[in-house]
Amino acid sequence: MATTTSETQAPGARPGTARGRESKRYAAAGYAFIAPFMIVFTAMILVPLAYAAYTSLFREQIIGGSVFVGFENYSRAFTDPQLLEGIGRVALFFLIQVPIMLAVALFIALALDSGLMRLSKFVRIGVFMPYAVPSVVAALMWGFLYGPDFGPFAQLAEMIGAAAPDFLASNVMLGSLANIVFWEFTGYNMVILYAALRSVPTELYEAAAVDGAGPWRTAWSIKIPSLRPALMLCMVFSIIGSFQLFNEPKLLQALAPNVIDNAYTPNLYAYNLAFVGQEYNYAAAVSFILGLVIFVGSYLFMYLSTRRSRS
Amino acid sequence: MTTTAPPKGTPERRTAPRPKQQRSGGGYVLTVAMLAVLAYFLLPLFWLLVSSTKTTGDLFSTFGLWFGGEFNLFDNIGRTLTEQDGVFVRWLGNTLLYAVTAAGGGALLAALGGYGFAKYRFKGNRAMFMLVLGALMVPATALAIPTYLVFSEIGLANTPWAIILPSLAHPFGLYLMRIYTESAVPDTMIEAARIDGAGEMRIFFQVTLRLLAPGFATVLLFTLVQTWNNYFLPLIMLNDPDLYPITVGLAQWQAQAAASGGASGDLVPLVVTGALLSILPLIVAFLFLQRYWQTGLAAGSVKQ
Repeated sequence: MATTTSETQAPGARPGTARGRESKRYAAAGYAFIAPFMIVFTAMILVPLAYAAYTSLFREQIIGGSVFVGFENYSRAFTDPQLLEGIGRVALFFLIQVPIMLAVALFIALALDSGLMRLSKFVRIGVFMPYAVPSVVAALMWGFLYGPDFGPFAQLAEMIGAAAPDFLASNVMLGSLANIVFWEFTGYNMVILYAALRSVPTELYEAAAVDGAGPWRTAWSIKIPSLRPALMLCMVFSIIGSFQLFNEPKLLQALAPNVIDNAYTPNLYAYNLAFVGQEYNYAAAVSFILGLVIFVGSYLFMYLSTRRSRS
Repeated sequence: MTTTAPPKGTPERRTAPRPKQQRSGGGYVLTVAMLAVLAYFLLPLFWLLVSSTKTTGDLFSTFGLWFGGEFNLFDNIGRTLTEQDGVFVRWLGNTLLYAVTAAGGGALLAALGGYGFAKYRFKGNRAMFMLVLGALMVPATALAIPTYLVFSEIGLANTPWAIILPSLAHPFGLYLMRIYTESAVPDTMIEAARIDGAGEMRIFFQVTLRLLAPGFATVLLFTLVQTWNNYFLPLIMLNDPDLYPITVGLAQWQAQAAASGGASGDLVPLVVTGALLSILPLIVAFLFLQRYWQTGLAAGSVKQ
């Protein structure tokens, strides 16, 4: 830590050319500032990753303890129907849920930004509110709402004499989960998009107005294109969120144990491998693969979308 | 330290307010549509509020979206707080402890680090920052099992440290503090402080930290909410119900209520009321600290 900078100089006598040497003198302070974060970062993120990678190369045996097996856990994972089915399921979830969520979030953000509607502040807060609710509580509430016993939807159906809809049946479960995630995160995405809209320079709108563009035209030709980076960020967060789906299915599993099995999502599978089956080595490999899928998926998405915008 | 104008660099304030457009018929249609959307988002919260005022009997027999015959809220709260010798209060306390420590520590580390990355040139600055950015893509839950393996190896699983330490490393917080520092702390101000003879640490704590306050509050809030809402990590780290945070405790009650079906319907009002009590602090914090949420999300999206 360079805490000795007591030499005095006239303020004017500090030309820009001295910067290079100057900054070198303060490099030690720079390291001191980033050290606490980097230490925790290394210990809590890099070390677990490295340790998981290492563990995933072994197998626990009743006789002989831990045995090095190379990539055996990985070759097992890549042909594990339960894991592949789980990955397929969250991929389907991603493909259906995310476009709907982002489209609705975009629509709300545009509506709020248009200046055409009343109560916009109230709507903005209300739509964002679910983000402050823990996903456990969200899943728990929707679980009750879906429920056949005293869920209001079942009650309404009963009132009009219809059969109660079964939101927890196997053919609609993924949709029911998608609804919970939609409820939790639409507001979050909306606020990101809304904030990006607010930073579009006002001159652009003025120019558009001079050219005679109405609100819809302005939205389509100016606002949506300028949202590209924000939409990309939402998309990347959604890839990460979808593929690590865990809390919602875990909570609903208690209500529908026959529909949501122990390998319903890859994360649920990894959890059950580790804590029910005690297969820590294989669970580490599955976690690692899942992390890799998400990592590669996000980067691929960013790479493709930036490349396309350049050409 | 003189001459430096207060920075006006927060992303939100950079543009002039939108000109209000004429409200037309379309405006009313839009308002009505948005109120319908709003109703959807508030529906579960309204249901929760209504349900926590009901007796067990009313919960099962009266319409879910309106109040029952009896107003039983305070009785429910009393039962929730005293069930199993007040384990709920214990869970709430644990959550508070984990969230506040993790958020305070995490935000401080992020502020120090973000400032270091933004304002100092040193070897490896860029490389290390890219490494941290790369970790943004590493999903928290995929990290949880590896983290558990490490913690159980060193004997820290099933202790409060197992929840607090992993929550201190917050790559998004660092990223946010770095870009915030760049826009809010002018180089000239640091140089002026150096000329005045202040040491680097003193400059940070006495001069720049004040300028970083809004960004700091944002990171604090995000980490607070993330730790408060965390479920997967405590679920796998903790065996001892006395160490559970509120999320794991509630989920356990819910599973018990579901497993025994109608037989233990008595547990259902506790789950419902407990859920309400657990989200109230967050909703209140959220309503009062709105500005910081928006700043954080704006900074994250605009300055890609």
